[in-house]
Amino acid sequence: MIGPLLPWALAFGFAALGAALALNLWRLFKGPGVADRILALDTMVINVIGIIVLTGIASGSGTSFEAALLLAMVGFVGTVSYAKFLLRGDIIE
Amino acid sequence: MSGAAPASADLIVSALVVLGGAFALIGSWGLVRLPSLMERLHGPTKATTLGLGAMLVGSVVWFQLAEGVWTTHELLVSVFLFVTAPISANMIAKVHLHRLRQGEVSKGAGPAGTPEPPPGAADWATHEAPHQGTPGDFVGD
Repeated sequence: MIGPLLPWALAFGFAALGAALALNLWRLFKGPGVADRILALDTMVINVIGIIVLTGIASGSGTSFEAALLLAMVGFVGTVSYAKFLLRGDIIE
Repeated sequence: MSGAAPASADLIVSALVVLGGAFALIGSWGLVRLPSLMERLHGPTKATTLGLGAMLVGSVVWFQLAEGVWTTHELLVSVFLFVTAPISANMIAKVHLHRLRQGEVSKGAGPAGTPEPPPGAADWATHEAPHQGTPGDFVGD
């Protein structure tokens, strides 16, 4: 830690991202359309990437950013696959 | 970790982390609060660009000031997210238009409503292959 302010900021960030994930879960269960659920999953991936980044700051290790990059890639591929399947009935034609 | 970093570094990193968390929360709140999917698409895109962007810049600044090293992983993550976020939003919007046309979701009740039907014989590029009148139709040229 580099100062007295950062632990409080990190606590706020973790709390905000946790609350954001809870809101995304609500939208994931509520729907109403399947596009809303895809959007909720995509947003959950974004928020989890934020949690990983904050964990990297809190722990002071640079290794968690590979996890963030991997999750960004897998989340994007997953979103496009869901959308592609709904649009074309197939993922790879 | 030296602990010799100036107090302004603490302030900068803390401000960026708080900004990022606040934008992520606002984006997800918009996802819950807004009335139809075309409006709901707005919220998480702001969370992606501003929220995660601020957090990643904060991480870069933190690693520079506390560890004395420049890291580029965060910039890779943010560049990747900036490139892919519009694509996934476009795909989700296309899914929504497709489901609207199939009649599987009701008409949007939000202020943005639903887009006008495309003119003439053209079609939204959602499900069908390009045919006469669509922008992808190069056969007749």
